Amino acid sequence: MTLLAHIDLTVIWAVIIGFAIVAYVVLDGFDLGIGILFPLIAAGNDRDTAMNSVAPVWDGNETWLVLGGGGLLAAFPLAYAIILPALYAPLMAMLLGLVLRGVAFEFRWREPRHRVWWDRAFAFGSTLAAFMQGVALGALLHGIRVVGRGFAGGPWDWVSGFSLLTGVALVAGYALLGSCWLNWKTDGPLQQQAVRYAGRCGVALLVAIGAVSLATLGLDAHYAARWLTMPGIVFTAQVPLATLVVALLFYRSLARGSEIQPFAWALAIFGLCIVGLGISIWPDVIPARVTIWQAAAPPRSQAFMLAGALVMVPVILAYTGWAYWVFRGKAGSEGYH
Amino acid sequence: MTALMLARAQFAFTVSFHFLFPAFTIGLASYLAVLEALWLRTGSGVYANLYRYWLKIFAVVFGMGVVSGLVMSYQFGTNWSVFSDKAGPVIGPLMAYEVLTAFFLEAGFLGVMLFGINKVGRNLHFVATLAVALGTFISAFWIIAVNSWMQTPTGYEISADGRFLPGPSWLAIIFNPSFPYRLVHTVLAAYLTTAFAVGGVGAWHLLRDAHNPGARKMFSMAMWMAALVAPVQIYAGDAHGLNTLAWQPAKVMAMEGHFQSHPHGAPLVLVGLIDQTHQRIDYTLEIPKLSSLLLRHDINAPLAGLDTVPPANQPPVIVVFWAFRVMVAIGFAMAGLGLWSLVARLRGRLFASPWLHRAGVVMGPAGFVAVLAGWTVTETGRQPFTVFGLLRTVDSVSPLAAPVVGTSLAAFALVYFIVFGMGIAYLLRLMAKPPQAHETALDGSPIRAAGITPASGFGEQAA
Repeated sequence: MTLLAHIDLTVIWAVIIGFAIVAYVVLDGFDLGIGILFPLIAAGNDRDTAMNSVAPVWDGNETWLVLGGGGLLAAFPLAYAIILPALYAPLMAMLLGLVLRGVAFEFRWREPRHRVWWDRAFAFGSTLAAFMQGVALGALLHGIRVVGRGFAGGPWDWVSGFSLLTGVALVAGYALLGSCWLNWKTDGPLQQQAVRYAGRCGVALLVAIGAVSLATLGLDAHYAARWLTMPGIVFTAQVPLATLVVALLFYRSLARGSEIQPFAWALAIFGLCIVGLGISIWPDVIPARVTIWQAAAPPRSQAFMLAGALVMVPVILAYTGWAYWVFRGKAGSEGYH
Repeated sequence: MTALMLARAQFAFTVSFHFLFPAFTIGLASYLAVLEALWLRTGSGVYANLYRYWLKIFAVVFGMGVVSGLVMSYQFGTNWSVFSDKAGPVIGPLMAYEVLTAFFLEAGFLGVMLFGINKVGRNLHFVATLAVALGTFISAFWIIAVNSWMQTPTGYEISADGRFLPGPSWLAIIFNPSFPYRLVHTVLAAYLTTAFAVGGVGAWHLLRDAHNPGARKMFSMAMWMAALVAPVQIYAGDAHGLNTLAWQPAKVMAMEGHFQSHPHGAPLVLVGLIDQTHQRIDYTLEIPKLSSLLLRHDINAPLAGLDTVPPANQPPVIVVFWAFRVMVAIGFAMAGLGLWSLVARLRGRLFASPWLHRAGVVMGPAGFVAVLAGWTVTETGRQPFTVFGLLRTVDSVSPLAAPVVGTSLAAFALVYFIVFGMGIAYLLRLMAKPPQAHETALDGSPIRAAGITPASGFGEQAA
């Protein structure tokens, strides 16, 4: 194969993995967010309703995380082999959090006397998973020590003020998505509660985004160079400006009592964060260390998978969309009305 | 303990826990599809009630399988990063295909299967059940392709820096020499595991009420599976063993306990005391020449022993040897119970034989033990390599310090024992309830009042 074909495939795969990560954040974000908000939701009908609003779809949402991990191994094995040991502790904690919250969906119905404990496991696991995902992202941006083809740092390299900040930011962001989802999918007092939380989580997320953005610029000179040098700044400056505009639209839609629009605008804020992330790291997969081309699997691996992805991703989106359509409308404590 | 040993212990621990759940869901999803098909065809309430009964169990098992499987998809990178770097270009795409063609299919239709019958109607709901069942099978296809490639690698090229790269044909990678045998053997094992679990539950309730129609039906269906599939499985296992002899002879030597070569026919060692340090087996109980007869179909055929394999390339014999015996013993016990049930059925005493039912209860968990034993045989038998003959386990492990891996292993052990221990307790409680004429729907689901309404009643449909 020609070099050109190789480059194209690698870029395509970077886009596909990026898409999987976006799909994961968009979809699992709101059901993790419901877990984060769970302690604030009254036990009984309200919690049952919140749980039922995501019970039929959470499993499919989480599968995008498996595609992100599996796709990274397949398309960028070197990145997978460096990043996963480097982020060992936060990823292990994330997985254990996802175990605790994942089983809670079924276990909480099995024994009423145990429900309070599985509700706690759901809340703790969701919050832990969200926080550790944010920490992992922060640690990646902060920098990973690489020697040869392997991770060369220590077990605590992932801890920094920056990575803890990104962890908190993602918890706030997922809580925002969760409250917007509840505003859309529930009614009555729970919906009113969700609207209040959406407003507060929105403030928290915007503050966190600002803090993370400024901290990123101070983290490493090459991040600052990407964002702040002319003439690129003419384009990069549009990202924070757009974020402010979308934030205003979000609060306006919330104030007008709209049910779907706040969720859509919250997703747009996430989308802009991911655009910003792309500006910071593209075309590296490990910032300032490994580019997507250095990490790429050979063209035969990428081409074989691309054939499958081009057929299967649209099919997956179609039946996932159908499943959401089946469970459209408001959820109740007895399931969907 | 070295970081390597801890990493191996962690993988063995997490994969063993995980494997129990898909072994059950592969079979149970197909069983649910059969029950729903029979219900749609006959309209008989007993099938509808059994569907609901096992759906509640399926939901719990599937949830545990999903979360424990998610852990596995990250273990390759966290603990075996050098392996991932070296073999990723070959096995990564197969695992990506598993996600694209199986995991999404299962997860996407699971919600409709569990909660959606009132929303989509019976026929579309049946499609969802079929999609989930198909997804479990496709998942097995891909992950066994990966595992088989690690056992009998073909279709690869080796790069200048020692990585495995795909050759011109992916079919040569997927359909590697051990793949068809391992796939058949594993999927049959999953079906038998489910059949004996279902049969054990049926038998338990028959011992309390021999006239419960649901218990009769599930016991009868399970015993048909035992009678028909267990002999097929013994045949498939034998064929798999012959394939292993051709491609991984050291594994078979360990299974047989053959430290010495036998130029004039090898004995079948039934039991013995393994002493790998001194490369010998003592106090054996053995049948002369039978191993050569089984493996070469000739009582005098020569069979090489582990004396032809350098100790550094030998698997841990004691583990492989005993795990193999556990698996084979259970396989024959399964076939035996199947035969017994067939005799009882022909005499019209299938539901009136308490000793058969007691045996059924005892054999209820046998499939789980057998799949773990079989998995141990094939995985431990691959040691000391990750990619058999080509990449050593010691050269595959992540550059992590032992305390890090030890801590995460302890955390996994704690969380898994609590979470899956409770999950298994909930499963046993669901199974301890007798199947009823008006089986309740899944808790928290919208089908509490309507949905599958077994109007024709339970009583008329005694098996």
